[in-house]
Amino acid sequence: MRLKLKLPNPGLDDRIPSHGDLEKMEKDEAGDRPQWDNKAQYLLTCVGFCVGLGNVWRFPYLCQSHGGGAFMIPFLILLVLEGIPLLHLEFAIGQRLRKGSVGVWRSINPYLAGVGIASMLVSFLVGVYYNTIMAWIMWYLFNSFQDPLPWSQCPLNANRTGYVEECARSTTVDYFWYRETLNTSAAIDESGGLQWWMVLALIAAWTVLYVCCIRGIETTGKAVYITSTLPYLVLTIFLVRGLTLKGSTEGIKYLFTPDVNELMNPSTWLDAGAQVFYSFSLAFGGLISFSSYNSVHNNCEQDAVLISIINGCTSVYSATVIYSIIGFRATQKYDECFGDNILKLMNTFNYPENNITQSNYDEILTHLNHTSPDVIQGLSLQNCDMQTFLSQGVEGTGLAFIVFTEAIIEMPFSPLWSVLFFIMLFCLGLSTMFGSIEGVIAPLLDLKLLPRSWPKEVISGLTCFISLALGLIFALRSGNYWLALFDNFAGSIPLLVIGFFEMISVVYIYGMDRFNKDLEFMIGHKPNIFWQATWRVISPLIMIFILIFYFVTQVTKELTYLVWDQEAESFPTLAERYYPQWIYAMIFILAGVPSLAIPIFALYKLIQRKFCKKDYSDSTVDTISAKIQMSDKMKF
Amino acid sequence: MLGRIVFFLCLPSVLAAQLCKPNAAEGFKVRLSIKTALGDKAYEWNRNQRFLFQAAIAFAMSHHLDLEFNVSNILVCDETPRVSFWFVVTSPDDPSRLVGKESVELAVRASRGRINNILLLNDATLEFVGVLPTLAAPVKPATPSWLIVFGVVIGIVGAGIVFLLVSTVVQKKRKENEVAEEEDDDEEAQMKRTAGNEGIYNTSFSESDRNTQM
Repeated sequence: MRLKLKLPNPGLDDRIPSHGDLEKMEKDEAGDRPQWDNKAQYLLTCVGFCVGLGNVWRFPYLCQSHGGGAFMIPFLILLVLEGIPLLHLEFAIGQRLRKGSVGVWRSINPYLAGVGIASMLVSFLVGVYYNTIMAWIMWYLFNSFQDPLPWSQCPLNANRTGYVEECARSTTVDYFWYRETLNTSAAIDESGGLQWWMVLALIAAWTVLYVCCIRGIETTGKAVYITSTLPYLVLTIFLVRGLTLKGSTEGIKYLFTPDVNELMNPSTWLDAGAQVFYSFSLAFGGLISFSSYNSVHNNCEQDAVLISIINGCTSVYSATVIYSIIGFRATQKYDECFGDNILKLMNTFNYPENNITQSNYDEILTHLNHTSPDVIQGLSLQNCDMQTFLSQGVEGTGLAFIVFTEAIIEMPFSPLWSVLFFIMLFCLGLSTMFGSIEGVIAPLLDLKLLPRSWPKEVISGLTCFISLALGLIFALRSGNYWLALFDNFAGSIPLLVIGFFEMISVVYIYGMDRFNKDLEFMIGHKPNIFWQATWRVISPLIMIFILIFYFVTQVTKELTYLVWDQEAESFPTLAERYYPQWIYAMIFILAGVPSLAIPIFALYKLIQRKFCKKDYSDSTVDTISAKIQMSDKMKF
Repeated sequence: MLGRIVFFLCLPSVLAAQLCKPNAAEGFKVRLSIKTALGDKAYEWNRNQRFLFQAAIAFAMSHHLDLEFNVSNILVCDETPRVSFWFVVTSPDDPSRLVGKESVELAVRASRGRINNILLLNDATLEFVGVLPTLAAPVKPATPSWLIVFGVVIGIVGAGIVFLLVSTVVQKKRKENEVAEEEDDDEEAQMKRTAGNEGIYNTSFSESDRNTQM
């Protein structure tokens, strides 16, 4: 018995170009849509969009915290069952309907335009805070052109007898990040003022983005030759450098040591699923737009598989590189910790130098414990544990701006490594931003909110400017806390909701049979049983599971955030605080508004139809012949 | 008589021994980490090196107080295999009187760099317990270097934006001219053709409004 579930969808044929129309458009090279110069540009842009900062600073952490090598199993399974089908779906639907996200969903069914609007809102909100991270990266990049690096030294206090207290109690890298970069306040409601250097960095980040996006894919297509390839080059350089450092193998071992028990833990599977979903930049609408610029017979199935493989391999590769450097740093700290203990023992008991080493430390300590235990107590020797050092703060901004920078200052020729590292992060983030901007501008053009006569340059300029203005909130002293808020709520649940609706819309509202025929027309063969099974059943189920679990965990857990507070007891570890009450309103705006845009728009359309009773076509006739500009010379 | 002579001869060293002792009120503990600082090139701590240390302190005291200190004014005692010891400074006028702790501290701080260099050590490896090190302030250039890099980047990006915008405007103008020319050419060509066929060109079917406006 075949599953023939399909919701009624009248008038679909009028809204979408038929296969014949597509052939004609293809042959006459007609249409006012921009096109890719070559296939490489398209692939590099998609790879750039998918491969982002998350591959460098989220995946390695997940890998290490969920059983190392064993994490590969849920990751690969969900990559194949969730990531590749969703990716193929977005590519195919964009290539078939040849519109941005709003246009595509509106063509499928006018009530579904809310999905596109939700994509646009999410792309906008994510773009605003993502580019702030780019601004931070640029700030560190600008500061890397000096020797010694500014985060390797503490500034002196007023009477030059010692270091500034905040720096002495924590570390130089912590101080540089929390005080000299962010100048962070102690709570999210203490907003402080705008930090002028952060504003400058934001301006730099948005202008660089603007110059790359100024003419849409015409300019981004050229930029991706560098931004998508340079990170791989730098990763390779770092791999070679990392493997020659002492202790790097410790890090790699720590990363990949499998702990099969973690597979029993449901949160491992949940995190793997979420990572696959976010890592592919699905539901932003950018991928749909990029595919719509392809030729109709482009093999999107091959592209989807290829890009998924590249994304997965990049995650593993960058995890290896990152953890080789982290292993080096952990070994340095371990040696330092030991050195401190040995020095204390030497000084107290007057042992000659080099008498106590790491190898005989334990026996000497036990001997001393027997002879003078109270002295030993008074010394407060630290417990040096390699595992603690390896597991320290290794995700997100903490990885890049604290842990990695600390490792870099221990390497010879530190400014060089610092420049390379931050250029790599910058390229990774910039290519992701291209997709975000596309996900905002293409729907704007589809919605026809802006006058037709405005050139592309003005529209992209306006988008960048408004995003910059909104992004100034992150240049406040409490900016870091706002960014964490945006990251947790704007870039998580709405995307899952949109992704789920995308699947349902294509499979059950557009119709799986029609979709199969489209794919047969476009790539020459009907998608096989794997695609059928995943699109119809498996991927939507996985999405629903992830969505429900995510939602439940978010709602049930206490809403706290971490602050850098000198007065706190746990300083220099971040202290946990509760959010103030008014934050709940912000959270609702960030997570709720995009998600609710879907039903609200459907409702709005329903009311419009019921009460306006106008003819069912839009005010401008959206037919194909209006778009095909016949050539001026008539060919008789 | 002989006994008295011996007594008076021994007195200075006995006094010295009493003046310099561990935890002396006016004394300082010093720790040297020679192997940590110099590795393979580490020198052996012996009587001569100690002499050099005493000379360095004597120099620091003379330099700071502007009095003439001698090596014999610097008393060293309680040496350990760690290479740590205590020292006190006696006044050049009266060897039985010690110079105050504060002056010694100030003298050492003032000439710290010099003392370090004499012994080929640094602030961390030549430790005067209780004396705060004078830290060298990090060098700060007049314009922070990041502003310079920022300026360069913004300059390049700004130039890029201007170039792209100008080229768009120029391209558009060129296209408008081309299209206008083409249309004129077309019209003329049509007219010539029909004129050649001895007819009148019916402009109601002219090229310029090809597509029906919706």
